[in-house]
Amino acid sequence: MLPVSFTALAEGAAVSSASGPNWNRVQLALLALAVDPAGLGGLWLRARVGPVREAVIAALAAVPLPTRRLHPGLGDEALFGGLDLTSTLAEGRQVRTEGVLARPALLLLTMAERCPAGLAARLAQALDSPRHTLVALDEGAEPEEALPSALADRLALFLTLDDIALADAPPLTMDEGLIDAARARLGRVRLPIRATTVLTGVAASLGIDSLRAPLLALRLARVLAALRGHAGVRGEDLSTAAELVFAHRATRWPEASDPPQPPAPEPDQPAESDAESDNETRPDPGDIPEELILEAVRAALPQTLLDRLAAARAARQSAGATGAGEARAGHRHGRPLAARPGRPSAGLRLDLIATLRAAAPWQRLRRETALAERLVHIRPADLRIKRYQDSTERVVIFAVDASGSAALARLAEAKGAVELLLARAYAKRDHVALIAFRGAGADLMLPPTRSLVQTKRRLAGLPGGGGTPLAAALELALATALRARAKGLTPVLALLTDGRANVALDGTPGRARAESEAETAARAWARAGFQAVVIDTSARPQPGLQVLSARLGATYLPLPRAGAERLSSALAVALDSSAKAG
Amino acid sequence: MTVYPLPNPPRPRPLPREPQMTKAAAKSPAARQPFPFSAIVGQADMKSAMILTAIDPGIGGVLVFGDRGTGKSTAVRALAALLPPIEAVEGCPINAPSRDLCPPWAQGVTDRIVTKPTPVVDLPLGVTEDRVVGALDIERALTRGEKAFEPGLLARANRGYLYIDEVNLLEDHIVDLLLDVAQSGENVVEREGLSIRHPARFVLVGSGNPEEGELRPQLLDRFGLSVEVTSPRDIETRVEVIRRRDAYENQYDRFMKVWRVADTDLRNRILAARAVLPKLKTPGVVLHDCAALCLALGSDGLRGELTLLRAARALAAFEGDASVQRRHLRQVAPMALSHRLRRDPLDEAGSGARVARILAEVLP
Repeated sequence: MLPVSFTALAEGAAVSSASGPNWNRVQLALLALAVDPAGLGGLWLRARVGPVREAVIAALAAVPLPTRRLHPGLGDEALFGGLDLTSTLAEGRQVRTEGVLARPALLLLTMAERCPAGLAARLAQALDSPRHTLVALDEGAEPEEALPSALADRLALFLTLDDIALADAPPLTMDEGLIDAARARLGRVRLPIRATTVLTGVAASLGIDSLRAPLLALRLARVLAALRGHAGVRGEDLSTAAELVFAHRATRWPEASDPPQPPAPEPDQPAESDAESDNETRPDPGDIPEELILEAVRAALPQTLLDRLAAARAARQSAGATGAGEARAGHRHGRPLAARPGRPSAGLRLDLIATLRAAAPWQRLRRETALAERLVHIRPADLRIKRYQDSTERVVIFAVDASGSAALARLAEAKGAVELLLARAYAKRDHVALIAFRGAGADLMLPPTRSLVQTKRRLAGLPGGGGTPLAAALELALATALRARAKGLTPVLALLTDGRANVALDGTPGRARAESEAETAARAWARAGFQAVVIDTSARPQPGLQVLSARLGATYLPLPRAGAERLSSALAVALDSSAKAG
Repeated sequence: MTVYPLPNPPRPRPLPREPQMTKAAAKSPAARQPFPFSAIVGQADMKSAMILTAIDPGIGGVLVFGDRGTGKSTAVRALAALLPPIEAVEGCPINAPSRDLCPPWAQGVTDRIVTKPTPVVDLPLGVTEDRVVGALDIERALTRGEKAFEPGLLARANRGYLYIDEVNLLEDHIVDLLLDVAQSGENVVEREGLSIRHPARFVLVGSGNPEEGELRPQLLDRFGLSVEVTSPRDIETRVEVIRRRDAYENQYDRFMKVWRVADTDLRNRILAARAVLPKLKTPGVVLHDCAALCLALGSDGLRGELTLLRAARALAAFEGDASVQRRHLRQVAPMALSHRLRRDPLDEAGSGARVARILAEVLP
């Protein structure tokens, strides 16, 4: 590996032309960012740590702004500034620290996929007044790990380096002369009237709802024209801009059978653009067909990446910004309560600020009566202890048997019961997730969410029929539970089935193997220490299911011929008691 | 927590260049006016809801639910810029209109009356309780040994707007605080030996995306009006949005010149409506209609009726009518009532459709 990369680096300039289109795109995006950092909002860089990413970050030095590093745990004091307690105490006058956002800066957000919703909202607010530029370093490994959408929406550029080997990445050349010249030209770049229509049309046919996307693409097209020395925005500028801004935002490809976008009729120009049409229509407006731009966007991203991004987007929408908003409210920290007096000891943490607050009003008095000279006089009575309200937030994972053996009527009842439980879960602010298993495998129909809108939609489309891949369902449930626990939730499984596992993990039918695999999966669940409830929906209680239930460490509830109403109340009681037991 | 910011890494160049800003950014963004309210394309519901609360702040705020990038925050900031400035005592932390209304704990208050723009205060997510309600001024306590109150965001928002973006992601204990203050119009602080109360009357504006989580019914009820916004679906409208935004960014002066006229007209209409509002007549039949509508919808409490009537009155005043008519009711009923219905989690159509159906039955 090493020799190869050294050769590549050594031959850098020469190889430049031979480097792939991906790397050229990286180079162009970085140049554009250097020309107009604040206007473009920034760059979403999805890449693992490695020499290629390091090369890109090093090239960011060409952006004419000081670099500030942010991390997802950053607090308000660091962002907006606050009281510098140490200096204030030492100097006896108010000393404030300056926040990261106080001056225009290149904000380098590391581990952006873990950025909590609160920080994302604040950064988004900062980006709305164009002074800063944000480079989000997203190391997301799982599909559902991605940049919070509040930020992703505001950053014009997206690059992924995962497909680029170091050998294909010659050194980036950030020519300062070129960048400066482009920046000087930028204000004078003319925009053909049709450019707006074309970019908006392309964005719409890619299913991009946010109107920030075409705006940012327009801005980028100007920058690219300036970089390439064009007097006005040309077709190639538009298509490169569309590649860089639209490709990762696309939610659908226009079907081949779709009638092509009708050539947009020249709309009536509003008053303020009439004037510009006189002098700014000249640069070849005719040669920007939307289809060509669409084709460029399509070529820009491999389909696999598109699927991954779509998965991430779906997870974000359902879970609410990578679940970060929920995790904050989760029980890991708990709702902070007012600090109370007490001595710090094991398990009790000192609340420094509250302690200082308690001591502060007495300082002058104590100073006058004190025997020793001290900067701050703190007495034991001032000590304050941090308290959290430790309320667990639960996620109920419904695994619903949708196989043929669970007859159609049963499935309808199960659906009804789940809906009723959902309404109850909503009132208790539980999260719910839904796994359906049938045929060859199990699907996570609904990642953990609180959104009723989503749940109803997914539940309505739950199909039935096929075999019973119980093992696959249990494995998926365990994976979902582990992820939920990582976010600070307590998972509970509600398994609704008639228990005749007859499809193995690899999707092949065969009762014996399917059942032994299901038992293994059940033991894994019990080992993880999560609670479960098994609802036997078959006509007669199944001994096999009782065994499985024991392996799961679950409460077993035989409910033959139960209506949705009874099913849901029985399940609710079982869930509550199992939660108390845990 | 680690102490940030880190020192800057050494720069590769000896002299960092000053960013030469483009023509668009030549005017510093701070000196710029927000995007003009009248220039917002479409979104008629959202705009009229905001205008109504500007005419009568007593309506009690607007909740805007919808997709990203539909101009929610643009509209809030634009509205504040549109409103006439308020007169307040210089340096008063709660923007009191006269010296005797300034709280006794206020610091640095002069006797002069100054005009200042209508305050719009952002309530960021993850904000601490201290910053919202105010707390012991730790700086003064540390440096001078005095027990003084440092006012929070609620004080600053008095007589103005309190804007919460992503309101459905707000933490529960902050929501509880807001519910209390929005209800009483007064902020009561009892903590750390402080005992302070001050007026906190503001128009609550919230925005969010329902896909990311539901809002608690109690908070929902505190908003006077609620509207849903969606991205415009037709290309022409979308192009127009982009065109105006682009003109705002790249030809700021020319763009503002065009739209300032429209904004001034709108401001004058709002002022005129405020003036006629107290004289507006409310026929008994309209009161009857209000009650009948709310009964038919089964909305909880009387807040629905009151808001409905207030909104209809504001609309009548805005349209220059001498009295409230049934058509005013009909126009404001969806935004005043759709979020107050008892929740039916399994209702597919949504409450907006329910209001429209009942509206057609009760007020033909």
